[in-house]
Amino acid sequence: MASKVQIPAKTQTASPGFLYSALILGWLVPGAGHLLTGRWIRAVLLFVSIGAMYWLGIAMLGQLYAPNTGDILDMLGFVGDLGNGVFYAIGRIFDMGSTPVQLATADYGTKFIVVAGLLNFISAVDAHNLRIGRKA
Amino acid sequence: MFAPSHFVAVLLFATFASVVFGITQRSTPKAMVRYGAYCWVLFVGVVIASSWVMFLIRR
Repeated sequence: MASKVQIPAKTQTASPGFLYSALILGWLVPGAGHLLTGRWIRAVLLFVSIGAMYWLGIAMLGQLYAPNTGDILDMLGFVGDLGNGVFYAIGRIFDMGSTPVQLATADYGTKFIVVAGLLNFISAVDAHNLRIGRKA
Repeated sequence: MFAPSHFVAVLLFATFASVVFGITQRSTPKAMVRYGAYCWVLFVGVVIASSWVMFLIRR
């Protein structure tokens, strides 16, 4: 007796390309990972929010952390700053954020920059989840 | 140089962080707006409440 087992037909799926492209692109430029997945409104909102937070931090004379092996908090600050991707590179190239922190607002600016980087890490992971279909 | 007051700095921080939290932590646009607003209210509300606590302790 023949069993009626249905074998699903092979479907032709488009090649997903490099799996981590949204993650890397989203890290380098805030919102770019979402743009890659076709969510352009989210991409614009993320770019504006993270970009404004970073550049306001710079305008408030916040400090940009450099690679260092000193204080553990400085090392963590550098990791946070690194989350800003290209923005961080621009800041370092043009020697922004090198003024010693003397005002309360400059200290807030330093925190703005670090938090912008951390938020961009979250944003890049979200873009990756959209890319691999873990999130709708 | 941009030198906002402390409260304006809080409002800016809360707004930008809430937008990112809303987009990344929820799936539908309606839920994103609701969660973003919820985070914003918590950010600003906790700052105002703790400011009053510090004011009363100082008195």
